[in-house]
Amino acid sequence: MTSSLVPRSLSFSRLAIYSTLILACALYLIPLIVMLLTSFKSPEDIRTGNLLSWPEVITSIGWIKAWETVGGYFWNSVKITVPAVVISTLLGALNGYVLSMWRFRGSQLFFGLLLFGCFLPFQTVLLPASFTLGKLGLASTTTGLVLVHIVYGLAFTTLFFRNYYCSVPQALVSAARLDGAGFFTIFGRILLPMSVPIIMVCLIWQFTQIWNDFLFGVVFASGDAQPITVALNNLVNTSTGVKEYNVDMAAAMIAGLPTLLVYVLAGKYFLRGLTAGAVKG
Amino acid sequence: MSTVATLNKASPLDALQRWLPKLVLAPSMLIVLVGFYGYILWTFVLSFTNSSFMPSYKWVGFAQYARLMDNDRWWVASKNLLLFGGMFIAISLVVGVLLAVLLDQRIRREGFIRTIYLYPMALSMIVTGTAWKWLLNPGLGLDKMLRDWGWEGFRLDWLVDPDRVVYCLVIAAVWQASGFVMALFLAGLRSVDQSIIRAAQVDGASLPSIYLRIVLPSLRPVFFSALMILAHIAIKSFDLVAAMTAGGPGYASDLPAMFMYSFTFSRGQMGLGSASAILMLGAILSILVPYLYSELRNKRHD
Amino acid sequence: MNAINRLAAAISLTCLLPLSAIAAENGTVEVTHWWTSGGEAAAVKTLREQVEKDGFTWKDNAVAGGGGAAAMTVLKTRAVAGNPPGAAQIKGPDIQEWGSLGLLTNLDDVAKANNWDALLPQKVAQIMQYDGHYVAVPVNIHRVNWLWINPQVFDKAGAKVPTTLDELFVAADKLKAAGFIPLAHGGQPWQDSTVFEDLVLSILGPLGYHKAFVELDESTLTGAKMVEVFKTLQRLGTYMDANRAGRDWNIAAAEVINGKAGMQIMGDWAKSEWTAAGKVAGKDYQCVAFPGTQGSFAYNIDSLAMFKLKNDNDIKAQNDLAKVALEPQFQTVFNQNKGSLPVRQDMDMSQFDACTQKSKVDFEDAEKGDGLQPSMAHNMATTLAVQGAIFDVVTNFFNDPKADPATAVKQLNSAIKSAK
Repeated sequence: MTSSLVPRSLSFSRLAIYSTLILACALYLIPLIVMLLTSFKSPEDIRTGNLLSWPEVITSIGWIKAWETVGGYFWNSVKITVPAVVISTLLGALNGYVLSMWRFRGSQLFFGLLLFGCFLPFQTVLLPASFTLGKLGLASTTTGLVLVHIVYGLAFTTLFFRNYYCSVPQALVSAARLDGAGFFTIFGRILLPMSVPIIMVCLIWQFTQIWNDFLFGVVFASGDAQPITVALNNLVNTSTGVKEYNVDMAAAMIAGLPTLLVYVLAGKYFLRGLTAGAVKG
Repeated sequence: MSTVATLNKASPLDALQRWLPKLVLAPSMLIVLVGFYGYILWTFVLSFTNSSFMPSYKWVGFAQYARLMDNDRWWVASKNLLLFGGMFIAISLVVGVLLAVLLDQRIRREGFIRTIYLYPMALSMIVTGTAWKWLLNPGLGLDKMLRDWGWEGFRLDWLVDPDRVVYCLVIAAVWQASGFVMALFLAGLRSVDQSIIRAAQVDGASLPSIYLRIVLPSLRPVFFSALMILAHIAIKSFDLVAAMTAGGPGYASDLPAMFMYSFTFSRGQMGLGSASAILMLGAILSILVPYLYSELRNKRHD
Repeated sequence: MNAINRLAAAISLTCLLPLSAIAAENGTVEVTHWWTSGGEAAAVKTLREQVEKDGFTWKDNAVAGGGGAAAMTVLKTRAVAGNPPGAAQIKGPDIQEWGSLGLLTNLDDVAKANNWDALLPQKVAQIMQYDGHYVAVPVNIHRVNWLWINPQVFDKAGAKVPTTLDELFVAADKLKAAGFIPLAHGGQPWQDSTVFEDLVLSILGPLGYHKAFVELDESTLTGAKMVEVFKTLQRLGTYMDANRAGRDWNIAAAEVINGKAGMQIMGDWAKSEWTAAGKVAGKDYQCVAFPGTQGSFAYNIDSLAMFKLKNDNDIKAQNDLAKVALEPQFQTVFNQNKGSLPVRQDMDMSQFDACTQKSKVDFEDAEKGDGLQPSMAHNMATTLAVQGAIFDVVTNFFNDPKADPATAVKQLNSAIKSAK
């Protein structure tokens, strides 16, 4: 509803609207600015200055120290996120394809059961999942985390693709079938090529979810296998000697950068993913 | 049983084709049945046992639930959830709707502004918690900044005040999620039929009252979706508390998700922890079921 | 027990596959621990080097976070999976719990060969045994009931080193009047409970302490003296700074070291911070028993419990670790770094500083009488569940300036009852 109703002449209300919006921008940006400023300050500077004061000397010591402590876990997160995102998206695509184009008795019921997974409080599955991972010999490994993220990401990825494919005309598939195309041929030749937007949405959604996960990371992985969110929390909440806020903030930025970058580069899809997940979920 | 069955030819290849969809879906079905429902059942069973350090299957009936009801910390956590959840949802909705409506007034550089409102949603709750823990740091954070700027008597020590620490969680959570609510409503506003509004304007209604009386009520489904998502975030909030307060001071900012984690994994009371997880599931269901019910009823009306 | 047996059977079945398959020829010992802070990490390194020198492989599984809570989580998932590490940092009553699950191995041979019975104080030896057999090796003895003092700050304020609770408050008032923070403190549940525990030891005496935290005796827990403990705790809180919530103990220690605060109530690991700052015991800082607890010794013993393994080479590595952990060289370096007391009784104490030497004398005195008591706040006295219940009540009380001591006592009793 981009309203063409607002007369341009109401300059006072226009002014009020713009100033409210700009004030809100400032409020949303302040934490990010503070994090950046703090991460480039020296500990001494942090004590004497304040949150928004410009660093006396810009130093990257905080970033260097932060990378030394959480850098290894950054790669853990990469190792966990990349396979989990790819596999869960692929599975979601196949599931969505079956649930929309090849319905059979019970497939709707299955979809309903799966949908509930979007709302599942993970606390109810933590213990059994940790026993299972243990039995599989995957406790405290990045592989174990990949598995968990695939399983509990399935609900959303399937939902995305199923809803997307439901809007594809069934006739397209029927015609291909009459031409003798098989299950995978139809999927690979017809549906996949037109799925680029939803694949993007799904990849980005899964990427942010898995990269930002803390609960699974803290329960199922630890020590050498922990993801960056867990490492960051450990860094911030256990300290040796003096509290180094510049290191904390630099580490937080390191943990947040990948998702921020994805958001800035592919924000369009990110937004679509959020709204799709929400409106349909 | 749609088109597949109608193409029924008897060659083995066709039989395979017919089974292929089910085969493809089978692993996911197994995952869902075991990993979702089987595990919930497992946790449910554990909540009726005396499992402590390690799981045991000695049945104790509702004893764990009774202990939970007896546990002061559980009640603090539950009350905090109501307070945190209520405020978080209400403020996020108000802020989100307001920003969406304002952004809908043919604003220049709308895309840029929208990006700024929404970026916190891309961050992990752990990052958000870390940032706000620093901002709200009594002594060095906003507290000091505003005093440096000449507001002498300013004190902001909510993070260490057991009565106010929950508000700190609310602030951080609203910062993170309100942009998302804005995005939802903005999408909704763009789909509102312009002619209704024109008609109302012809009738002489003012712009605010058009929004309040006509536009926003027509966005009821968006409102429900936002409510669902926000409630869901609130009930699952674990990372934010872990990063910002670790439940402190004392256990003043404990939430059920945190309670479950600490009793199950650090305190060796798996039975009690499972019982609290089951109650969390109950809380989600009590919101989800009425929502689904109304959704389905609406569908029938369509 | 039936369920446990079944569990154990299931575990030993799955045990056949993992870990041992990938073990190197010479045997590997994997150690799960949470000695991750600066001094601790350095201390563990000496243990590792010793084991490696003996020709074995050390697989380090250091799990930071939550004061060991994270490490326990790892341990549990792996134990349920039948894939426990060779050794894990487990202490106090937890050793009994793990033992009762049938997961711990028998170290009697190592113990006999190295004469543990004579080396270890009797009380310590008891804790390391399950069902009469050694299942764990102790590495050190921490004393919890210490008060750390910055004498320069005391001089400036004209305060005297306190020996009773009354004197403690007199000194605190003087420090406050001179503009110092009297007591440095970090508001985390375990730190609050450490102060609480010291007060119980001071006001109820060692026997009362034992009744309260080991026997969980109801009349002791609800007695008038317990109300007094809470009252005193509340009063002590007024001498701590308001921004203490969530602060780490070493940050609080730094305040005393830098002369911003006068005292800190903390166990002897606090010394590692003083040492790291280049300060000398007895000169730059003083350590005294918490006022009113002279002659008592609240102990916190770190130990490595050993799990049952399948591979013979790994068992050799495990036994080597058990042996090395008690050797004088490791005991010296480790305890110098940690600030704790060596667990061997025959150590040359001249290599240690004044505080540790004092600790040794006090330990021997306390051992003769009733003074030697397990620390509640450090999981030596009772189960994790009961300890958690106490933590909850204490920390909740301590963080609410308006809380009522009498109510807290009632809450404490009912919380303990429901956690038992």
